[in-house]
Amino acid sequence: MLKTFAKGGVHPAESKYSASSVIENLPLPKTVSIPIAQHIGAPSKPVVQKGDKVKVGDIIAESAGFVSANIHSSVFGTVSKIDNVLDSTGYKKPCVIIDVEGDEWNENIEKLTDLKKEIGLTDKEIIQKINQSGIVGLGGATFPSHVKLSIPDGKKIDVLIINGVECEPYLTSDHRLMLEKSEEMLVGIQILMKALSVNRAIIGIENNKSDAIEHLSGLVKNYPGIEVQALKVKYPQGGEKQLIKALIKREVPSGGLPLDVGAVVHNVGTVFAVYEAVQKNKPLFERVVTVTGKSVKKPSNFMVRIGTPVNELIEAAGGLPEDTGKVISGGPMMGKALNALEAPVAKGTSGILILPEEMAKRKPESTCIRCAKCVSVCPQGLEPYLLNKLTQLEKNDMLEKNGVMDCIECGSCAFTCPAGLPLLDYIRLGKSRVSQIIRSRKQ
Amino acid sequence: MNKLLTVSPSPHVYGDKTVKRLMFDVIIALLPALAFSIYFFGLGAIYVTLTAVVSCLAFEWLIQKYLLKQEPTISDGSAILTGLLLAFNVPTNLPVWIIIIGSLVAIGIGKMSFGGLGNNPFNPALVGRVFLLISFPVQMTSWPVPNGFNTGYTDAVTGATPLGVMKEGIDKGDAVSDIMGQIPSHMEMFYGHMGGSMGEIAALALLIGFAYLLIRKVITWHIPVSIIATITVFTGILWLINPEANADPVFHILTGGVLLGAIYMATDYVTSPMSVKGMWIYGIGIGVITVLIRVFGAYPEGVSFAILIMNAFVPLINIYLKPKRFGEEVNNG
Repeated sequence: MLKTFAKGGVHPAESKYSASSVIENLPLPKTVSIPIAQHIGAPSKPVVQKGDKVKVGDIIAESAGFVSANIHSSVFGTVSKIDNVLDSTGYKKPCVIIDVEGDEWNENIEKLTDLKKEIGLTDKEIIQKINQSGIVGLGGATFPSHVKLSIPDGKKIDVLIINGVECEPYLTSDHRLMLEKSEEMLVGIQILMKALSVNRAIIGIENNKSDAIEHLSGLVKNYPGIEVQALKVKYPQGGEKQLIKALIKREVPSGGLPLDVGAVVHNVGTVFAVYEAVQKNKPLFERVVTVTGKSVKKPSNFMVRIGTPVNELIEAAGGLPEDTGKVISGGPMMGKALNALEAPVAKGTSGILILPEEMAKRKPESTCIRCAKCVSVCPQGLEPYLLNKLTQLEKNDMLEKNGVMDCIECGSCAFTCPAGLPLLDYIRLGKSRVSQIIRSRKQ
Repeated sequence: MNKLLTVSPSPHVYGDKTVKRLMFDVIIALLPALAFSIYFFGLGAIYVTLTAVVSCLAFEWLIQKYLLKQEPTISDGSAILTGLLLAFNVPTNLPVWIIIIGSLVAIGIGKMSFGGLGNNPFNPALVGRVFLLISFPVQMTSWPVPNGFNTGYTDAVTGATPLGVMKEGIDKGDAVSDIMGQIPSHMEMFYGHMGGSMGEIAALALLIGFAYLLIRKVITWHIPVSIIATITVFTGILWLINPEANADPVFHILTGGVLLGAIYMATDYVTSPMSVKGMWIYGIGIGVITVLIRVFGAYPEGVSFAILIMNAFVPLINIYLKPKRFGEEVNNG
């Protein structure tokens, strides 16, 4: 029996069309729009002005607090303006727009791609370097990585968990990275182990990526303290709390963080970015993005500069299919549907999923038959049917008591509901109301 | 590229289960039992089933269309299922007009008066059945003797059910071992060769349907198993104390409506608890009440009453027995 998390979960069709597509460099776009808010926390402060010349890797916006991140230029060119641009949220957000004039990199970045195993920096210097390089969680949550590595006094971390689960259907960017940048990733893990001063790291990978499991299991023999653990395929195993439960059987308390149970979780994409930042002095300005879908001509994995418009990626993957109904930034379970294909790729963009017309619409709604399937699939042990009802009735105190804030918005309830009810839509609404109440209580 | 894109919040993909598909899966699971009933009771089984299903569909359609003025939803299969279950719960020689009254009560009072599918606190088919049992006690307890296609419809030769024979014998003070001689063997009961309501007789067929429901993930095992285990333990204790005054647990499981009730009626989504803990309490409650009625009550059979009584507790169970939340009580020692 393969390990997995205990409670709930679903198994959507995996549809990993791009699993065997080798990562390709996407040609440079003509302009990039780099959002200044592409991480959780305070939006960064732009430090360039219209007309400024920037090189690849130059800082263009500074971190605006502890929970924030630096942003670097992904291209060589001239800042044409700082303006609001439609991004993946569907709203116009401030972006630094740069006209591309070439590919000259900041001279501090080491461009050679040879493997560098020696870790020169101390633990403090590593965290500082990660902070300067603007690294955030690349699994999609985009939480600034240096915050996760700064362990408060009194907390003891004994294990580093590496998330190679990629439980979202369709997406393959992490899978490809694990196959193609495996040694770099393993050095990245050693860097993080040094920063956290732990001597154990576990890479959790779902069993539908057996090539990655095999490949890494062979390599880790040369990296003491790092283990590879195959996991049963079950969504949402890539959720931090679920992954910790699956791998080390510890349960993060409600409202708590992984560090409360002695663990820190980082995604494989983040680990690769850490390697490049620490060993090659290369800030985070590009990432792997999967472009996929049933009707996509050439399902691909691209190395993409941050700020590249989504339609350039779609063109490179064979163009927008005739029957397109919906374009999603991210996976089908938690991704955001785009309303404009000009939206730029951000640090948290793990994939672009193109769904045909017949998959774009929701299931028709009927009444709740109280079948309890939503209860049985909720990985957080909540009662989605009840939270849905309580939100409709605006019973905010009852919502809070019934744990609405514990919801991780994985969508398993709405996925499974035979009546096609928009359970998660209502739960999100209830969650935002309750979090407002909690905030006002604190003041 | 000027195409308008659909935008909606996640998730963007859905599972393949629908309400209709779940209902029809339960109907499919009931087909083996229906086949056994026709084999043992002949045309009467067909008459009763058709009458119940057609009248349930008709009443639901009429009530939705003309009384509630809403779009009829009879295609979801829930009315067919109610009709089928009502038919399974009556003798196969029941006159057509009584079945029609039962269907009206099941759909009209049991389901639509509460707002239709999803809102009824009690299992509609059982509401219909119990109404008929109380209103027409003679017709509802004249069980045809299973003679295959030779079994007449309303003029069938009738006899008592094994449960009835057992109850009467024990009340008279006869020894259980003597009573056993007058009723079918356990093996005959397993195949369904005995008197009883139409769909409850063939344990084998009901278990085949149970396997289908589990494989298709329509229901979980918790409610049926907790009911059957409770009845086994409770009657087992009584039997061990005095085997001459109490029937054995296998007899209790194979007779009457235990399997039909536990697998198909108690698991009705709308009227059963939402959490696994709740399902256990509900199942144990049904088991205990069934045995209490059978052993200490006036009726030889108590499954229907037990399910309806526990249906009434479901809202309370749902409030107090919640699933354990992730990270609620943490024990990482």
